[in-house]
Amino acid sequence: MNNFQYSRAADVADAIRLLAANPGARLIAGGTNLIDLMKENVERPSRLIDISRLPLRKVEETADGGLRIGALVPNSDLAYHPLIEQRYPLLASAILAGASAQLRNMASVGGNLMQRTRCAYFYDTATPCNKRNPGTGCSALDGLNRNHAILGTSASCIATNPSDMSVALAALGALVHIARPSGERTIALTDFHRLPGDTPHVDVNLGAGEIIIAIELPPLGFAQNYSYLKIRDRLSYAFALVSVAAALELEGNAITQARIALGGVAHKPWRSLEAEAALRGQAATVDHFSHAADLLLAGATARAHNGFKIELARRAIVRTLTQAADATPQSQSHKKIA
Amino acid sequence: MADVTHEIAERIPINLVVNGVRRTLDLVPWTTLLDALRDHLALTGTKKGCDHGQCGACTVLVDGRRVNSCLTLAIMKDGAEITTVEGLASDGTLHPLQQAFIDHDAFQCGYCTSGQICSAAGLLAEGRAADADEIRELMSGNLCRCGAYPNIVAAIQQAMGRP
Ligand code: FES
Ligand code: FES
Repeated sequence: MNNFQYSRAADVADAIRLLAANPGARLIAGGTNLIDLMKENVERPSRLIDISRLPLRKVEETADGGLRIGALVPNSDLAYHPLIEQRYPLLASAILAGASAQLRNMASVGGNLMQRTRCAYFYDTATPCNKRNPGTGCSALDGLNRNHAILGTSASCIATNPSDMSVALAALGALVHIARPSGERTIALTDFHRLPGDTPHVDVNLGAGEIIIAIELPPLGFAQNYSYLKIRDRLSYAFALVSVAAALELEGNAITQARIALGGVAHKPWRSLEAEAALRGQAATVDHFSHAADLLLAGATARAHNGFKIELARRAIVRTLTQAADATPQSQSHKKIA
Repeated sequence: MADVTHEIAERIPINLVVNGVRRTLDLVPWTTLLDALRDHLALTGTKKGCDHGQCGACTVLVDGRRVNSCLTLAIMKDGAEITTVEGLASDGTLHPLQQAFIDHDAFQCGYCTSGQICSAAGLLAEGRAADADEIRELMSGNLCRCGAYPNIVAAIQQAMGRP
């Protein structure tokens, strides 16, 4: 780890002021990803601004029947919060599919959105990486790319976003509330993370001096028909090869609303409004789910080692939608896939 | 990569209550809680395995919650109560988890064991595991290279009061 200065922010305005006054500074909350990256010399902040004591730990009901979640709520507290368990079980399930109990105790909701790819080349400072060192090239394109993206890739980067929580938040239509030097702004979670394009070093749409202060969930929680299915190389404590968050509203066997988001396959949680629209008004059948999977995976491309992900994702989408329709969500403890 | 400071960082005084004893430390900011415990307080029961949050050997309880001390900056925990494996026994009586690990032969080399036991103490406090599958899932942040997993699960079940 490089030597750095340390400041403890007194409030959000103080954190914004400290960020502005210290180019090269980073915010730290749970630290689970940032400290790891600092130990690898991937991140070398001149100063850490500790925001972990700021009063952003509430889960509150909003006027329209949704929830506002403070950016510093620990991942585990959110997954086990009664209102999340009851109204947004898809989110609880996705959070519990990620990391370990210890890391979930430490990691904040805002930090989860900010976590960086686990691409091995991004972590290895001896190799070129456009995300770590813009302009040096992408080692994954012709390297070991079994874990890499199949959707939304660019010639500069094929890294994936590692978050499970964000996949569920994307499906649920979450909003991100951001404090900035001149007030606040709100952005859809699906617009918060970026595709790599030719600027893969910019993961998220967060400007200088901006801080995530809360996540907002709209009222519709899909608490009846949902599932989060995460496929990985070992049954726990591993990043997704492919994950699927599926949420349906049904009238009888007819789909009135569908949401599907994919993890492990792109630089951001992957949704297709076209695929979701194609399911609306249809019967909840494997044929219709397969058609939605085709639409979601339209344009998927593979490199040398990750071609298996396309068929894996196709099957996982159908399976997860079936679990959602049957109201038999995937358990994150009992790992048999129903 | 830019803007790396070359100033000599000041040491920052912090207070921790470690296993019930108040300790004052002067630390440079980049000292992890793990290094503070092992190198500054000579509490070497907590182990450094990976130093990257991947193995759980460094697990301790901070204000009653299990965390990876290798990914925790000590200065950020100023004022916190820390419990390490050295603080689990009371008055010469082993913690039920410690006794259960002995009863079930739940270790071989022992390197992961203090992390396993502290993690299991956190698991019991959380109250979220009701069966063996849930114990396995919620203990998945603790690796055991000796493969003592079946006995670790049995030991935790004993400490939970389940047959
Ligand atoms: S030493 Fe902390 S998790 Fe391995
Ligand atoms: S007992 Fe040897 S690593 Fe667990």
